[in-house]
Amino acid sequence: MEWLQQIINGISLGSIYALIALGYTMVYGIIKLINFAHGDVFMVGAFVGFYAITGFGLGFFPALILSMVICAIFGVLIERIAYKPLRNATRIAALITAIGMSLLIEYGVIYVRGAQPEAYPNVLPNTTINVFGAQISSQSLFILGISVALMIILQFIVHKTKIGKAMRAVSHDMDAARLMGINVDNTISATFAIGSGLAGAAGVIFGVYYTKIEPLMGVIPGLKAFVAAVLGGIGIIPGAMVGGLLLGVIESIVSAAGFSLWRDAAAFVILILILIFRPSGIFGKNTREKV
Amino acid sequence: MLKVDDINVYYGNIQALKGVSLEVKEGEIVTLIGANGAGKSTLLKTLSGLLKPKSGTIHYLDGSISGKAPQSIVKTGISHVPEGRRVFANMSVEENLELGAYLRKNTKEIRKDMEHVYELFPRLQERRKQISGTLSGGEQQMLAMGRAIMAKPKLLLLDEPSMGLAPLMVKNIFQIIEKINREGTTILLVEQNANMALSIADRAYVIETGKVVVSGSASELQSSEQIKKAYLGGH
Ligand SMILES: Nc1ncnc2c1ncn2[C@@H]1O[C@H](COP(=O)(O)OP(=O)(O)OP(=O)(O)O)[C@@H](O)[C@H]1O
Ligand SMILES: [Mg+2]
Repeated sequence: MEWLQQIINGISLGSIYALIALGYTMVYGIIKLINFAHGDVFMVGAFVGFYAITGFGLGFFPALILSMVICAIFGVLIERIAYKPLRNATRIAALITAIGMSLLIEYGVIYVRGAQPEAYPNVLPNTTINVFGAQISSQSLFILGISVALMIILQFIVHKTKIGKAMRAVSHDMDAARLMGINVDNTISATFAIGSGLAGAAGVIFGVYYTKIEPLMGVIPGLKAFVAAVLGGIGIIPGAMVGGLLLGVIESIVSAAGFSLWRDAAAFVILILILIFRPSGIFGKNTREKV
Repeated sequence: MLKVDDINVYYGNIQALKGVSLEVKEGEIVTLIGANGAGKSTLLKTLSGLLKPKSGTIHYLDGSISGKAPQSIVKTGISHVPEGRRVFANMSVEENLELGAYLRKNTKEIRKDMEHVYELFPRLQERRKQISGTLSGGEQQMLAMGRAIMAKPKLLLLDEPSMGLAPLMVKNIFQIIEKINREGTTILLVEQNANMALSIADRAYVIETGKVVVSGSASELQSSEQIKKAYLGGH
């Protein structure tokens, strides 16, 4: 029953990857930029949650929501300050800016509060539930539940609301969207806000689940979420969800099979395999990039 | 209604429009004809705000719209059906039409106008839930036009609506253009199919390498030897 336990753990971890991957994929879908600073927004979200809980004594949900709001604003600021001026620049210029932004946030946080890690307060009750002989922590189920709820809300926003339709229109054809009267700049900002808000939520959830946070904690989950987004098909929202969950489960299986040292490598092996065999990902159509 | 005065438009260093002036009066169908690369689409893109003129003025109703953002221009009542339709291929017919009414608030009127679009294009009604990328070329043209009408335009800019369509479909589309015009929408029609365009237009402009070279009533141009030779296939 070790296996079932590992798979459940993998799904919980995967749902965190999925929340981060959504931001990557949404931003890529709309402005074709890999926002390398996205993993750092996740880190900032974890710290906002940490200070909200320890400093202001907030409970889990208020801290989660505060972190989402602050990260949403932070994401919009990053976009307006760093990326918007480069909208018509080459993609490589934007990509280098994103990497620079990432370093700026990481070392900015270290400059402000130091590099020491923090122990996340335990704000969720943790009991162990026995399912078919597997010991499953109530926390991992709870985390999975919140992630799924956030993804359902996201699907609703994207498909049923006006701003969601505008986001889809802009990501499909920016000029045609302009001709509908859609304000493209605001729509791009909304995309950053939503993606960053999800990353903030992922940060808090990560903190509660893994209990340790530090300023460079966004690097590896950020890269893995990027792999998850590519795995599902970059730019495709359900792809990011499935890619994230799949990656989490694969990592857990790799660990459970006794190769726990290879766990991080698994993600990058997957990335290389997708790029070779199916560059457009699981959900992507295998077509050449449109010009 | 619309008065374009001496506009110059550039792509980087390349000048695509060189001192173009033209006028569209309320209720008219005006057509703009010219060969590939003459600058027809550039002119429409400038009118709808996708491009900004370097100099010159665009007067519309009682204000200037030169250099304004597309969303403010849509709000003043100009809708642009772009070349190649540019429907949102990953969305349903109905979602495309809803996006056409993006700036409007009154849901009741929007529904009514959607019914009206379905009356104009019954084909679209049958395919309401269909993903628009799977529509035929003619149906996509209908959708692009229907989507533009959903903004309730006073002036409709059409860029080569006949492109790539079978003759029967072209005829159908042109009949609908006339109908939209009779219902009170002014039309500026860009076409390479000069015969068809002149047959429904009141007036016409001919554009060559970024300059207006001839203008006049549609019937004048239809009978001009020079135009016949260059644009009407010589007969
Ligand atoms: N994005 C662009 N960048 C640079 N040059 C452009 C661009 N778009 C158009 N041009 C140039 O501007 C000129 C006018 O192009 P435009 O698209 O307005 O022509 P058109 O009359 O619509 O032609 P067609 O009948 O082929 O649609 C052409 O020489 C074209 O090469
Ligand atoms: Mg053209």
